[in-house]
Amino acid sequence: MIGNIIKKEFKELFVVATLIPIVVIAIVFGLVGQTIGNVGERMEEKPVIGIVDLGGGDFSDIAMSVLMERAGVIYNGGDAEAGLEEVRDENGVALLVIPESFSQNIYANHPGEIEIYWMMRGAGMLDSISSSVVEGLIQAVNQVISAKLIQGDSSLDPSLVLNPTKRVETTFFKGKEIEGLSASQLGNILSSQSIVIPIVVMMLIIMAGASVISSMGMEKENKTLETLLTMPVRRSHIVIGKMVGSALVGMIMAAIYMVGFSRYMSSFQISDINLADFGLALGVQDYLLVGISLFVALLAGLALCIVLGTFAKNYRSAQTLIFPITALAMISMFITIFKDFDTIPVVLRILVFAIPFSHPMMAMRALMMDSYPLVIGGIAYNAVFTVIMIAVAVRIFNSDRLLTGSVQRKAGLGKLVWGFRR
Amino acid sequence: MKAVEVRELVKDYGNFRALNGISFEVNEGEVFGLIGPNGAGKTTALRVIATLLQITSGSVTVFGYELPGEAGEVRKIISYLPEEAGAYRNLTGREYLNFIAKFFGDGEKFQGMVQKGMEIANLGERINDKVDTYSKGMTRRLLVGRALMANPKLAILDEPTSGLDVVNAQEVRRIINSSVKAGTAVLLSSHNMLEVELLCHRIALINDGIIVASGTAEELKKEYGAGNIEDAFVKAIK
Repeated sequence: MIGNIIKKEFKELFVVATLIPIVVIAIVFGLVGQTIGNVGERMEEKPVIGIVDLGGGDFSDIAMSVLMERAGVIYNGGDAEAGLEEVRDENGVALLVIPESFSQNIYANHPGEIEIYWMMRGAGMLDSISSSVVEGLIQAVNQVISAKLIQGDSSLDPSLVLNPTKRVETTFFKGKEIEGLSASQLGNILSSQSIVIPIVVMMLIIMAGASVISSMGMEKENKTLETLLTMPVRRSHIVIGKMVGSALVGMIMAAIYMVGFSRYMSSFQISDINLADFGLALGVQDYLLVGISLFVALLAGLALCIVLGTFAKNYRSAQTLIFPITALAMISMFITIFKDFDTIPVVLRILVFAIPFSHPMMAMRALMMDSYPLVIGGIAYNAVFTVIMIAVAVRIFNSDRLLTGSVQRKAGLGKLVWGFRR
Repeated sequence: MKAVEVRELVKDYGNFRALNGISFEVNEGEVFGLIGPNGAGKTTALRVIATLLQITSGSVTVFGYELPGEAGEVRKIISYLPEEAGAYRNLTGREYLNFIAKFFGDGEKFQGMVQKGMEIANLGERINDKVDTYSKGMTRRLLVGRALMANPKLAILDEPTSGLDVVNAQEVRRIINSSVKAGTAVLLSSHNMLEVELLCHRIALINDGIIVASGTAEELKKEYGAGNIEDAFVKAIK
């Protein structure tokens, strides 16, 4: 008996329509994982750096020996400009300059300065792996020099013995030269943006999308759609009315959600860095662009949801149809959190650009780095996407499809059987 | 002017032909009934005239407006009541009538329509309750009120008394009759032969997408030598 019920439930639930989205998402996530790469392996790799040693002296030699042993050194010379060029061309992580006064300063009870020029390529979480490895390398230099000092002159300041070096840092990122910030610090600042905003966008899209798809499902389940379609109102107005109504509901729901979430995120906020000091603050026009980007992405998402909603047979099936939207929003979110648009492979870049929800997720970070073409291109793409989706939705609303459903061929009868009344 | 003129109407769903060249006319101020068994093509015909389905071939005009080209104009003068229609469950009866009336007018016209809708629905204080709490009969009365409150030139009613008890069904028929007296033409479908005899001025018998006979109830009974429309229908499809 129980087997009979299990068999029926399985047959009812395990259908092609349920499987396809899962299979597609599994493939996409697999592709994403493969293209992002293995984090563990990258942590083990020697970081690629350039070194300019101007100092000589004991401590400079110690630092050089540690760096040469633990890093892949692509430049080792006396010209900082040439070193920077080499590091930039060879995709290196940083150029370390050990000045002439390095050893003398330490002997004189002052920290030895190491000038570090970071070449930052992306602001995603995984983009900072290489700079973290270099940070570890500098820490190793510090420790070896500390050990040497402990064995030697005992008249030195204990705090100097523990921290014998001092960093003077400059980060180059997307054409900007940011003095006083390391790649890790800059990455942390941008990461906070790259976590909160994608989650806000994802929630907004899912909430609003679920509203519009459910609305279509309920119209069919409650048998109100036929009446609505015979009202003296343009089909495009029905489509746009549903979109805007759902957008409002979605925004309210997302806002309520985000009140709690932003308080949660603020508890982790430790940075007191003023972005304006480093030329990273956004202007009024930047915020306007972020707003427009979010608005058109929401419209694009809702237009796509309306098209999906036309496939809903009832409220229950509408819940299933939200899954592709959720999956797309999550793919966008994960990629933009972990990687920068500029550092992902071309195939993934096309995928990210094609998903409308990616653009507002990337907009804030892109604008901080003055990447206007990406943001404006994204807005234009989403506007075109929205218009196409609305046109498709209106076409479906004008066709028989909304009322007639799908055609099925009944096995054995060789006769078409329809899911509607004749 | 004819309220409805249908000429050689064919409607295909893929390879399946639901209507196979039917023709009929509905006059102004007339109740015209399409009767036939389940799956005969009644609902398809009504949906085509209500601008919901595309025409495969043939022609349909409503008060001179041709479908599908002038569907927008047709929607201004018709009202369609599907057999299994529902109302928005989270709205009250009054809010539902307001929602629909806004499509047809504003100001006094709007107020008049809602008032008329409430009178037809005759739900008393329950008009202010959510539709979700209504019985099937109450919902149907609300929907009939919705369908007739805008004084449509043509009311298309699919099984208007479907699922109603005798008392509610009689009330709905009374409402339809009073609308006809006010000038509305009615095209309705039913498989309730008694109802059709009571309501319709003329009848078309439809089976397998073809109109097999048409005329007044008396003419059809006489033509098939039957005592009632049900017998006439059975003889007509044999």
